[in-house]
Amino acid sequence: MNIVRNHILISIDAGTIMAGAKAVEDALIKELTKYGLDKEVSVLETGSLGITGRGVVLVVYPEGIYYANVTVRDVPELVEEHLLKGRPLKRLILTEAPKRTIVTKEKTGLLKEQPRIVLRNCGFINPENIDEYIAAGGYEAIAKALHGMTPEDVVNEVKASGLMGRGGAGFPTGLKWEFAIKTPGEEKFVICNADEGEPGTFKDRLILEGDPHKLIEGMLLAGYAIGAQTGFVYIRGEYGLSIERIEKAIADARTYGLLGKNILDSNFRFDIFVKKGAGAYICGEETALIESLEGKRGHPRNKPPFPINAGLWGKPTLVNNVETLANIPEIIKNGAEWYRGYGTDKCPGTKVYTILGHVQTPGLIEAEMGTTLKEIIFEYGGGIKDGKAFKGALIGGAAGAFISSEMLDVKMDFVNLREYAAALGSGAILVMNEDTDMVDMLKNVLHFFKHESCGHCVPCRLGTAKLVEIIDNIAVSKGKKEDLDSLLEITQAMKSASFCPLGQSVSLPVSSALKYFRDEFMARVS
Amino acid sequence: MIRVKINNIDVEIKEGTTILEAAKKVGFNIPTLCHHPDLKPKGSCGICVVEVEGMPTLKRACMTEVVNGWKIHTNTPLVRTTRKTILELILSEHDMDCPTCIKNNKCELQSLATTLGINDLKFKKEGKEKKKIDDSSVAIVRNPNKCILCGRCVQVCEEIQTVNALTVSQRGFDTIITDAFDVGLGNSVCVNCGQCTVFCPVGALYEKSNIDKVWMAINDPDKHVVVQEAPAVRAMLGEEFGMEPGTLVVGKMYAALRRLGFDAVFDTNFTADLTILEEGTEIVTRIKEGGKLPIITSCSPGWVKFMETFFPHLGEYLSTAKSPQQMFGALSKTYYAELKGIPPEKIVSVSIMPCTAKKFECSRPEMKDSGFKDVDYVLTTREIARMMREAGIDLKEMPEESADDPMGQYTGAGTIFGATGGVMEAALRSAYFLVTGRELQDVDILAVRGMEGIKEAEIDIDGLKLKVAVAHGLGNARRLLDKVTEQLQKEGKSEYHAIEIMACPGGCVGGGGQPWGSDMARRARRGETLYKEDKTLPYRRSHENPSIKLVYERYLGKPNSEKAHHLLHTHYYKRSKIDGKVISEH
Amino acid sequence: MYREEILKRYEPSLDNILYILHDLQDNNPQHYISKEDIEVCANFLKVPYSYVHGVVTFYSMFSLEPRGRYIIRLCESPPCHLMGSESLLEYLKKKLNVDIGETTKDGLFTLELTSCLGICGVAPAMMINNEMVGNLTPEKIDAVIEERRNMS
Repeated sequence: MNIVRNHILISIDAGTIMAGAKAVEDALIKELTKYGLDKEVSVLETGSLGITGRGVVLVVYPEGIYYANVTVRDVPELVEEHLLKGRPLKRLILTEAPKRTIVTKEKTGLLKEQPRIVLRNCGFINPENIDEYIAAGGYEAIAKALHGMTPEDVVNEVKASGLMGRGGAGFPTGLKWEFAIKTPGEEKFVICNADEGEPGTFKDRLILEGDPHKLIEGMLLAGYAIGAQTGFVYIRGEYGLSIERIEKAIADARTYGLLGKNILDSNFRFDIFVKKGAGAYICGEETALIESLEGKRGHPRNKPPFPINAGLWGKPTLVNNVETLANIPEIIKNGAEWYRGYGTDKCPGTKVYTILGHVQTPGLIEAEMGTTLKEIIFEYGGGIKDGKAFKGALIGGAAGAFISSEMLDVKMDFVNLREYAAALGSGAILVMNEDTDMVDMLKNVLHFFKHESCGHCVPCRLGTAKLVEIIDNIAVSKGKKEDLDSLLEITQAMKSASFCPLGQSVSLPVSSALKYFRDEFMARVS
Repeated sequence: MIRVKINNIDVEIKEGTTILEAAKKVGFNIPTLCHHPDLKPKGSCGICVVEVEGMPTLKRACMTEVVNGWKIHTNTPLVRTTRKTILELILSEHDMDCPTCIKNNKCELQSLATTLGINDLKFKKEGKEKKKIDDSSVAIVRNPNKCILCGRCVQVCEEIQTVNALTVSQRGFDTIITDAFDVGLGNSVCVNCGQCTVFCPVGALYEKSNIDKVWMAINDPDKHVVVQEAPAVRAMLGEEFGMEPGTLVVGKMYAALRRLGFDAVFDTNFTADLTILEEGTEIVTRIKEGGKLPIITSCSPGWVKFMETFFPHLGEYLSTAKSPQQMFGALSKTYYAELKGIPPEKIVSVSIMPCTAKKFECSRPEMKDSGFKDVDYVLTTREIARMMREAGIDLKEMPEESADDPMGQYTGAGTIFGATGGVMEAALRSAYFLVTGRELQDVDILAVRGMEGIKEAEIDIDGLKLKVAVAHGLGNARRLLDKVTEQLQKEGKSEYHAIEIMACPGGCVGGGGQPWGSDMARRARRGETLYKEDKTLPYRRSHENPSIKLVYERYLGKPNSEKAHHLLHTHYYKRSKIDGKVISEH
Repeated sequence: MYREEILKRYEPSLDNILYILHDLQDNNPQHYISKEDIEVCANFLKVPYSYVHGVVTFYSMFSLEPRGRYIIRLCESPPCHLMGSESLLEYLKKKLNVDIGETTKDGLFTLELTSCLGICGVAPAMMINNEMVGNLTPEKIDAVIEERRNMS
């Protein structure tokens, strides 16, 4: 019998592929073969290891040593030193590597070690191998549900978990499911919103790339709970690898009888189809997404009726975000009570964040709800790069809020940040150092909105255009003091009367930038 | 029934009522801009927002149905400032050359600015880049610089007419209304029905004007300018001069046209009667001799181009009879010219039409059977009203006069051409006579009247059960003809013997050249006006018209004679769905 | 011919329109949706041409204008902006001697801007056709462009 001594998990995601991960993988296999180590050391592809901006990243088990910025040229030395001689190659070791946290029924109590629920498998299993997902406890939740729980039980469990939607404003997921189960209808749909377009947000991409089966299982559970037989994953067109991975995962799940008819010998029938976007931020809004999925221009619909009553092709439709759905299998498997052991009372569970900008270690982390921004930036993100001071952050992407240091101690959860709920959903934290020009950053955000407004309603279409006109003037110090009032006046009208959340949300970055960094704006106007 | 409070006043209303309707019930007018009573609300402008207690954002009154217990406020400081900001934003991008705009004083945006008390253009930007005006069509001009993107034109083109010439294109601030491939309406599938011009709240869509050319002809002493007016014009022209909707202005219209300087004032109703004899004879012949059935009317040029583009296989089912306008044109330069001894090249034939597609029809290359362009210029009802105002003529003050001979006399059958179902009713009145030799006693065929989209009737003509259908609005026409096509394909024949199609909802009274601001309710009232006139006329059957008898005696011989065929009948083409151009002859 | 092959892969159902348009554009040598592409797509799905035109122009990944062999889409979103994408845009414009939305004279490169590409961890970033390039610097841009110039 062949006993494998070492596993090398090489991160294959959009970022590392760019850095040449495939070539490094080939070189590793070649080099190992050269020393006759190819039977003892297995090289496995895995999803993102949660480290970005560090080139090719790989981890060698059982030692659990992370290497970063590995190039083909480094491979001979790496193999010779670590795998032949057993001496870790110090110059490539990633010191701030996240430690693996195994999620057990008891809470680990170790905050910095990232209690991983959503990202539990990301970076530990080969996302293209369904067996690895199953070996890691995958599809146990759906088995449990199909053979011991009624759909109502599933809904009640999700309700009891206190899970709130991770895509937008933190609407209680269980409540949404309860509406869905109560809506009569022969045909219902589950849509996974993977049109992640908020600037700075790529958590959903990494879940799709790193653990696609978890998403499938989440959708299966949703389908079973609300009585749907068809699911769609709507992914933005730019996410090539995500589309590839989820399509392969769906095909494998079909082969294993986990999608299709009589799933796991029950009467439950469910299948999933992938739909690809084509570049429109607005399609992240659930009704615009539905329009786009139906093959139309992505204009949002009026609500009510909500998708839960009349969604895709007029049928009851449950739309959940990727991260939300990725929480579901763990909740069903381990129970709501277990889940409530994480996060805060009112807002249980974890949240996946992307930390970006002027920080030491940009990347992806999962932290408990209620973690402060300070912890995220200074402990997970390693603080500000190049010895500079922290100035502010844009949390939640373009539709998010600018915050200053006075907000650092706020506990991040949907309840504490009610006003910033949408911002929290996206999980993007763009950190800015003391040299950042806040007028310029707001200008960038407003240009983004002008470009991405769908154009359907006047407040957003003309409001964004007018905001850009005004901020462009201010940026070159040609503005007047009244222009600052105009900015607020327009965004107020947009907040009150825009047709959909896109236009409504523009007031958040504008008002927060003017609130926390007013001096900088005043210095540019006469 | 549900109960809500609007501005603290209790209202009890039916479930499914919008806030807009509910507020109206208790006397509050909520301002709107993109909203139109005949179209599904899209909520694009946001002018109609109101506060609903407990809601995080304002609600659009036009598309939000009230919920039991709601407390709604239509006039709060937040509502007022929001509406003003929105309107200021629209005005900041709008091309505001109001005094020279075709819509001046009739513009919904202009009157909204007055209503909301806008007295400052806060966000106006100077030196805005102008977008290209689309004047590629012979009938319709589109000025994107005036467009406020309310989307009504696209909705009417897509949903009511199913022509789909217009679409919303691009995104965000770059959004623009355009045709497929961006080549201009004149190079598109547009059938020139002009409904977009009627629904446009501002001056972004309007007819291509022939006013200058007509003035020039009138002022040219060498020209003999004759004019005809379509049936529907007399039911509408009064509205342009502040008269009650539905006022009949036949005599005043003749007087005003004479005072404008036309050399002879005739009436399209005369050739409407002539059309009935030609088409009625065709129907009877086809039934007797086993010709193509159902026979489909051909007097609506928007419908004819629609057929040529989307239903070319029905080309041979259409009546070959020309429309009354074109029959008139051909006769004005032959029959009338000979009778009066005027060289036809000196005659300028002008028509006043409720229609923009008539401009296209008269410019079709085959419409030259007199040896000249049969109809030289088409003016819409709106254009003739402008000319009258320019000439200082107030229609209200005009005396009652009569039309000139020999092409001015008409019957009730001719006048009801202007309403949906009218052509069919007129045809049946005469067909009965043509088949049986006896007169139909009860000439009011109510089953084909009214605003129902598709109407059906069965008439017993001495044991021959004639089944007819009537559709108005091209969306309804499409539905009916899809059914007919299926019947023809499956069974080789249709249940119908004759079908009337009018491109515009309501028929010609709802035409694309009629005064601005028409909704379905108003179109219906105008139709009733024509039926009222019908009842008062001495003759109500086309074949009784003495002038018609005369034209056959003196000139044409009998209906469907060779001469009649030459002058009064036409043929059709197949057209491309891409650019609307002719692909082949039928 | 290739258009028919593409259509064979799909049911003539409207919800496939974005897939069909993606495929038509990807297979068009000039990386755009031509008039013929719109016709083919509209006829296949039995929708008006104006409808397809409206859909194509809504989504930023589609173009109605012919484009170069390589489409460079520089991300201009806040994370990339913060990390200096604006100066890289200037660099690209100068290097390629084109403005935004234009194609180089040799027909090789089209320069476009895009909203977030979702690889913000390596900001500033761009896409060149389907390939992502992150941690952009002028040197890296030089390398990427020269490599492709040499291949052609």
